[in-house]
Formats: sequence, structure tokens, C-alpha cells
Amino acid sequence: MPKDGGIGASTKRREDVRFLTGTGRYTDDINLPGQAYVHFVRSDVAHGRIRSIDPSTAEGMPGVLKVFTSKDFEAAGGIPCGWQITSRDGSVMQEPKHPILAEGVVRHVGDPIAAIVAKSREQARDAAEALEIDIEELPAVMNMREALKDGAPQVHDSLDSNLCFDWGFVEENREAVDTAIREAAHVTTLELVNNRLIANPMEPRVAIGAYDMAADSHTLYTTSQNPHVIRLLMGAFVLNIPEHKLRVVAPDVGGGFGSKIYHYAEEAFCTYAAKVLRRPVKWTSSRSEAFMSDAHGRDHVTKIELALDADHNFTALRTETHANMGAYLSTFAPAVPTWLHGTLMAGNYRTPLVYVNVKAVFTNTVPVDAYRGAGRPEATFQLERVVDKAARELGIDPVELRRKNFITEFPYATPVAVEYDTGDYHATLDKVLEISDWAGFDARLEKSRARGKLRGIGLAHYIEACGIAPSNLVGQLGARAGLFESATVRVNATGGITVMTGSHSHGQGHATTFAQVVADMIGIDASQVEISHGDTANTPMGMGTYGSRSIAVGGSAMVKATEKIIAKARKIAAHMLEASADDIELKDGAFTVAGTDKSLNWGDVTLAAYVPHNYPLDEIEPGLEETAFYDPANFTFPSGAYVCEVEVDPETGKVEVQGFAAADDFGNVINPMIVEGQVQGGLAQGIGQALLEACAYDDDGQLLSASYMDYAMPRAYDFPMFKVDSSCRTPCTHNPLGVKGCGEAGAIGSPPAVVNAVIDALHRAGHEIPHIDMPMTPNRVWSAIHGGAGPDKDGETMEERSVGA
Amino acid sequence: MYDFEFMKPSSLDEAVAALAEEDAQLLAGGQTLLPTMKQRLAMPSKLISLKDIPDFSYVKAEGDTLTIGGGTTHRQVSEEAESAFPGLASLAGRIGDPAVRNRGTIGGSLANNDPAACYPAAVLATGATVITNRREIPADEYFQGMFTTALDEGEIITAVRFPIPEASRYEKFAQPASRFPMVACFVAKMNGGVRVAVTGASEEGVFRWSEAEEALTATFSADALEGLAHPANGMISDIHGSGEYRAHLIGVMTKRAVLHLT
Repeated sequence: MPKDGGIGASTKRREDVRFLTGTGRYTDDINLPGQAYVHFVRSDVAHGRIRSIDPSTAEGMPGVLKVFTSKDFEAAGGIPCGWQITSRDGSVMQEPKHPILAEGVVRHVGDPIAAIVAKSREQARDAAEALEIDIEELPAVMNMREALKDGAPQVHDSLDSNLCFDWGFVEENREAVDTAIREAAHVTTLELVNNRLIANPMEPRVAIGAYDMAADSHTLYTTSQNPHVIRLLMGAFVLNIPEHKLRVVAPDVGGGFGSKIYHYAEEAFCTYAAKVLRRPVKWTSSRSEAFMSDAHGRDHVTKIELALDADHNFTALRTETHANMGAYLSTFAPAVPTWLHGTLMAGNYRTPLVYVNVKAVFTNTVPVDAYRGAGRPEATFQLERVVDKAARELGIDPVELRRKNFITEFPYATPVAVEYDTGDYHATLDKVLEISDWAGFDARLEKSRARGKLRGIGLAHYIEACGIAPSNLVGQLGARAGLFESATVRVNATGGITVMTGSHSHGQGHATTFAQVVADMIGIDASQVEISHGDTANTPMGMGTYGSRSIAVGGSAMVKATEKIIAKARKIAAHMLEASADDIELKDGAFTVAGTDKSLNWGDVTLAAYVPHNYPLDEIEPGLEETAFYDPANFTFPSGAYVCEVEVDPETGKVEVQGFAAADDFGNVINPMIVEGQVQGGLAQGIGQALLEACAYDDDGQLLSASYMDYAMPRAYDFPMFKVDSSCRTPCTHNPLGVKGCGEAGAIGSPPAVVNAVIDALHRAGHEIPHIDMPMTPNRVWSAIHGGAGPDKDGETMEERSVGA
Repeated sequence: MYDFEFMKPSSLDEAVAALAEEDAQLLAGGQTLLPTMKQRLAMPSKLISLKDIPDFSYVKAEGDTLTIGGGTTHRQVSEEAESAFPGLASLAGRIGDPAVRNRGTIGGSLANNDPAACYPAAVLATGATVITNRREIPADEYFQGMFTTALDEGEIITAVRFPIPEASRYEKFAQPASRFPMVACFVAKMNGGVRVAVTGASEEGVFRWSEAEEALTATFSADALEGLAHPANGMISDIHGSGEYRAHLIGVMTKRAVLHLT
């Protein structure tokens, strides 16, 4: 195989040429003849009853084609939820209807009330201002604990309460965990908030619906991470369009981070309206709309207790989390605080008893769903914070406490239902201590002190379950979908290859890495392989990209399809070389009869497949195209160790990240450069969560952080150069490439490392502060040191806080 | 954005005449106005661009004064004021990002008087004079609260005349999201004494911290500020910082400015 283009080569990203030269083709670049524009009129109150909507003035405005309200969608279904959770008492979760346009009640700021379609965007907006809507404002409930009290405002009158579900895991362990904690030599307790985030992909969401009257078929162009999932959900559950009459195209997509997994009302609206109006209908989200309509992330409030014996072995772990669902259930929302969170609570440790309780709560806020890491950052954050706190309370080295409790034998069955196939936690720890120069910290501390600054160093480990997911397992856990992946490998007559994958690239670089894999398997140059994705019309049914699943699941499907190609090509070559297929070797793109110099090039064989003159037509079909579906046997379990080093300005409370080192075990790595880029991006988001980002609402449900003036996005200059290493490799044992996935790791492992470092800096300066909530803004850190007023409300306790902290 | 007319007059008189029209609005660098219009929060009937007004963009040092044309961009000030008035050049070079500095102007910033803008601190701390098409306005009279100035209808800032301080320094603590000043202090050591102006912190916009001025005029050293604390009442309190925190930062930023100069 070519040394510079196969598995393990840091090939430059081929897609960057078009992205960097402005020739990418994003959804907003698509404009269809006769296209109209929709403007959504959104609620400016958090909770209210719609008394009346009078469209008469708006309908008469220039260019207006139609004013839509919920009345136009009486035949349509609600936006479906893809996962069902069962509560501790055996009841299924409460699942309110999520209409395309509000039906009588608005439930969060940004909830769409009406939609105006006009010939131009500005005309639609003008008409929106003329639309007369009378709303009776109702009391809103923003805080999760308040929402669960008797007499609290109800987000949905149709439900019994604001409690979506009350989940216990593993319920059978509950009493044993309680006993172990009661009888422990030491228990460390920590209450913390995992702050609500807004994903902020660079490209806001866009949808264009089109209807072909002649063929009675629909097309939706949309900014999606998984076009087939949108086709299934929207077609089957919302608009009743059979899949063969519905095409969903997600072309170049400018970042997703989870927020573009879900089926959104705007997609269904544009698809439906295009048929009603017999012309394409386009929606382009403004950034302001994105803040109040893209699914938010995180927003957990947690109490965690870690029990240790006299020898500092972890004996039990108990957590209680309130998870904010927002006003409606987004596509995968119930899975995030449960199966993507509870199953990771063992972390990298041998804790024998774990019990996780999660109460999911409806509030008058934007729906919350998966955001880079999805449940696993929430698990990692609380666990790595409590382990650090335990070490401090016990006066022992946080490194040694972790080492003492590491899982060292694999496969390892955790007490939270998953089995880790491989890992070597000491190896990543050793590596991160080396590249962070942990041993040299004291010298750097002295230099900081000389400059009047506090300095601290923090360690965090993580484990994540990626490569989601075994369909039979997730089916038992409440998933309403399979989580396989697919690929079709089409070999053209002259040897070039097009791979149609169900995975979707929106920044991950699949066009480069997937081509490297196929090229490596056959031994041809990667330039001979093209990757096609994102269009349901020409890719096999796939489940898309999220949960660090593309290479582990989508890549495996591609490998399986390529193996079928090679097997068939070998038979063709055997016929042409008059040998047995068993004797044919494929190496460097040539088929050779073993032990001879009889050989055929790849192109000779592929040509024969399509020009089958000398061909075993009685044994095999002409052509060379194969499809494979791959359903993983298990999750993959990437792990790693991160070290953050910070300086704190004691006068202002400002935290500066001075160094960050990441040692990850992703199993085998296809393209180390792209992997490093993924980790760096994840670190930026994770450190951003720890220090900067917070979605904040006021008590009335107004979104305070509604623009970049108030939502703090990290900038490049907020970070030092990261040290990223993926040389520790314990290959996954159950997929053909031995890969684990790398997309989310950075965002999972970094927040606790940052917080541990800041707490360490404060302790070294004599400030015995147990915890500071994220984001650790200058004001919060200053208040922790000096006791002055913080940015939060006076006297507000952790329990009273939920949204945005 | 709503529809509007656009004109680019080639003389100040023409601009003033156009401004008489109801809901007409001047456009300088557009760094605040255009985003506001895009969000439909402003709806001028006519935009009058100042780009083509002659002699509107310059930095001129003469003796003890530095005069800057109303249409001068932040970038130009950061480069051309460097030798005569480094404290001001440094301030200008830290406003926003390069795109903002290449478009935004000193006249636009002062006319808008955002409570977290940078320039008002330098103008007030040096006791500069705002020159308009009609009159000269001393800094102490010009700033009249958040987004409020002494400018009348139809008045255009044509230049700002700064007395050049013996030494000056602008210390800024950025709000984490917008990177506007959460609190920023401009300390100017003038011929007749020290002046300290604070931006970002107060609900009333830019203001002078007179206690610090007196202390620093007596002794220009960081030690002179020991024990001085600005009260928290009247300070902005929001999700980024409490009033108490902002008040505290006034002391820290002022001290750092002085430390930089001593």
C-alpha cells in the first residue's frame, strides 16, 4: 500500500481545499427556482396561552403567500422522541406532544407560534411584525426543583406533573450502595452543576423543502448529521410521507456537535409548506434564532457521594441528578442523562457498587439534548471532581488515589451494565504526566508566585462509551431505532472507487480518512477513492454521525463491504490468471498467483468485471459493487488522562490556562493529524465550558445569553498550545479496524481537569474552597477567594440553581 | 433590516442638511448601527455616510495637543498616535478585533457613548474637547449618561482635541463574552494633576473617580491608592459580574495603570 496515503498516515484533509477556498456547498448555498422564504414568529414569553392569532393584516402584506398556524397542521404528528425511559416504579416516561407550531400554548422563549411564507425574506419578516397575536402570559417554571414542587406551574397541562421520569440504575444495587456508604470509612460528597450550553456550530441551521408534483415526491435539504434519521422520523411520524417519496439531503454541513442530530419543527414545516404552496420553501436560521431554537446541552444538577475504605479503595458511588429536558422532549433527550450517563459512572475505577438516580424535569426552556459527549461529560465531570476532592480530604496524592483504584484487567464488566473490552489507564496516565511535565510543576509554581499569581495543576481521567451502538442492546434500553451503519462500495470499470456511506461528515474529515482505509485495504492510492455521503437518494440507509461512531461503526461497514469487493475481485482474478482463488494474493493493488510472477493490476480486474468477455459468468455476476451493514457487538471505550495547568489572578479571579496535555487511547488511529484536530476542538469546547460558556435565563424565562455579547465563546487566544498524544493504543477487540472513536474525548475529559487545576491553585494559596461551579468566571473565582458578591443571585444555593447556573 | 435610503455626501454642509430629515441617521463605521439595523432595532429612513467628507480622517500632533478627525478609524489612531500619545494608541489598538478597528471611528464611538466603550475613558480622563460642526464641548460636559451626550440634533463630531498627558495608561478587564470592557480605567497624568476615568462599570456610563485622582495627584504611585475603594452602588450588575465585583475591579485596574507608568 502507498506509504503516505493509507491507514496511519497524516494525510492532509482533501475537503479543506473547497472549504478554505469558499467553494463548499452548504445548505444555504442551495437556491431553487421559485423558492419562497419562511419567517417563524416565535414566542417572546416563556409560558403563555395563545388567545388569538389574527393573520388578516399580515396576509395582505406585499409578497405574502400564506400565514401558517397550528390549524394547518392538524393532520400532522408531533415531533417524535426516539428514546423511551422507564421510571423506577415501572411507569414509562411522560411524553408530551411537540407540535410543529404551538397549539394554544407557548412553552419557551423561541417556541414557534406561526410561520409566514413570502416571496422574499424581508417581506416575510415585515408581515411577521403585522401579525396580531394575543398571548396571556402564564407563570413560568425555570428551576428544576421548583418545577417538582406541588403547585408549581405546569409546563404541560396534559401531564401529571413536570417530572418526565425518575430513573434508577442499577435499581437492584440501591440498598447495597446505601449500606456501603453508611458503613464506609470515608465518604466524600460534592454538589455541582453541569452548566447549560449552546452548541453554536459555525453554520446555523437551514432547511429547504421542495415538492415535485409530477412525481408526487418531496425533497428536504437540511443541515443534518443524519439525513436518513430525519427521513424516517419526519416521514413516518410527522408528515406521513413514505420513504420512497421523500429524499433528504444534508450536503456540506458546518459543524453540528450534536445540535444537528435532531429532527426539528422547521424541517417538517418547510417540507410540508412546499407541497401546500407548490413552490420550494427555505428557512435560514439567524444566529439569534439559533440561540433559542437549537437544542441546548448539559444542564444537570448533581449530588455525588464516593465511599472509600480505610485503604482508600473505592467501595461505592451514589449520585442523584436533576436533568433539565426543557419544554419538550428532543429526539434523543431522554437517553442523555440515563444510558449515556449512568453507564459511565464507574469511570476508570473498580468501584464495585454504583447507584445512579436521575430525575428528568420539564421547564419553560429550550429543549435540551445531546451536545458533544452527551451524558459522558456529565458523568466524567462529577466523578473526577469527587475523586479529586476525596484525595484532598484524605491528604493523599490525587495521582496515587486514581492509580490505586484503576481497572487493570480486561475485559471488565462494570456494575453499570457495560463491559470494557480493552484499556490501559496506567499507560495514558504515565504518558500525560510525562508530556505535561507534572514533575516540574513546583518550579513553575515558584515563577508564578514571584509574579503574584496563583498556580495549580489538575488531573482528570475519562472513559467514554462510543461507537454507538449494539442495536439489540439499545432496543432493550428503550431506543426506538437501530444503531447500525451502512456502506456501499462501488468500484468503477477503470478501478476508481466511490464509497456511499451512511455516516455523515460535518467537520470530521471522512472524505480523507475513509478513503485512506479503502485505499489501504486494496493497496491503491487514496486519490482513487471518493467518499459520498449525505443524500438518502444515493446512500444506503444509515444512522449518521454522532457519539464518536463514524469510524468504529461506519468505518466497519465500509471495511465489510470492501472485504466483499476483494473476495469477488479475487475470484475474477483467479479466473483470468487460471488459478484457484485461494492462491490469489492482493498486495499493493495487484493480484498475484502465490509463488509466481503471474499478476494482474487492480484496474485489469475491475475492467473485466464490467467488460466480462473473459469472465466466469456461470459462477459470479458481472459488476463490482457491494453493500454491507454493520451492527457493533459492543460499545467502544476510548479513555484518556488529561492534565491542565492554570494561573489564577488573585486580584481579579481571572483564570488563564497555561498548559493542557491530553493522552488518549483511541485504539488504532487512521489519520493522526485529523485525530489531533478532533481532540483540539474538543478541548476548546470543554475548556470553554469550564471557564466561559453559560446559557443563562432569568426567573421569567427570558434568555439572558441570547447573543455573542453575553454568551462567551472561547477564542483561540484563550488557550495555550495543547499537547495532544494518541500513542497509547489498546485496539478495540470487536471491530475490524480496532478503532474506538475520537470526536468527543476532548470535551469529556477537559472540564474536570480545568476545575481540578483551579481548585488546586486556590488550595495551594490557602483558600480551602471545595468547589466552584462552571463556568469559573473571574467574578465567581474572585468571590470564592474574597467572599464578595458573585454574579449569581444573593444567597442562591446549589439546590436552587438549575438553568445556566 | 428595513428599507432605507443611502447617501454619501461629499461635504459637511451637505451631511448636516440631510440630517435635518426626520429619522435620518449618520453612518460612521457602522460597528454598532449596522448590527442594530439588521436586528430591526433601528429603522432610520436615511443613512448618511460620512466616508466621503473631506479632511475627516486624520491624526495631527501640534505641540501639546493631538487632534483626531471624527472619521478616523481605530486602526489609524493605533498606528498614527503612537509616538505623540502612546496611551491613546494603545487603547485604540485594543478595541474589538481587526475588523472592528478597520471600520469603527472615534467620532462614531463618542456619539454612541456606549457605557462600555473604550474611547470615552480617554476623552474624559484627559479632559479632551469634542469639536462639532457648531461648537467645542469639554469632555466634562459631553458625557451625560449611558448612550447620552451633549450633542444636539444635527450636530456632527468633526474632531477630538486631546491635551497630551505627561503619561497615560488604559487598563481594560474584558467582559468574557463581548470582550468590551467589564471595567476599564484610563489614568492620565496631566500638567495640572492626575485624572482617572472609568468605563464599563457604571449604570451612568463613563465617569471620573475623583478620590483616586486626588490621591494620585498628591502622590503618583500605586501605594497612594491603598485603602481607596470605589463604592458598589450604581455599578452595573449582570450575569458577568456583580456591582461589587465591578467596583473592586476599578481599584485593580487603576492600580495596574499606575504601576505600568511608575
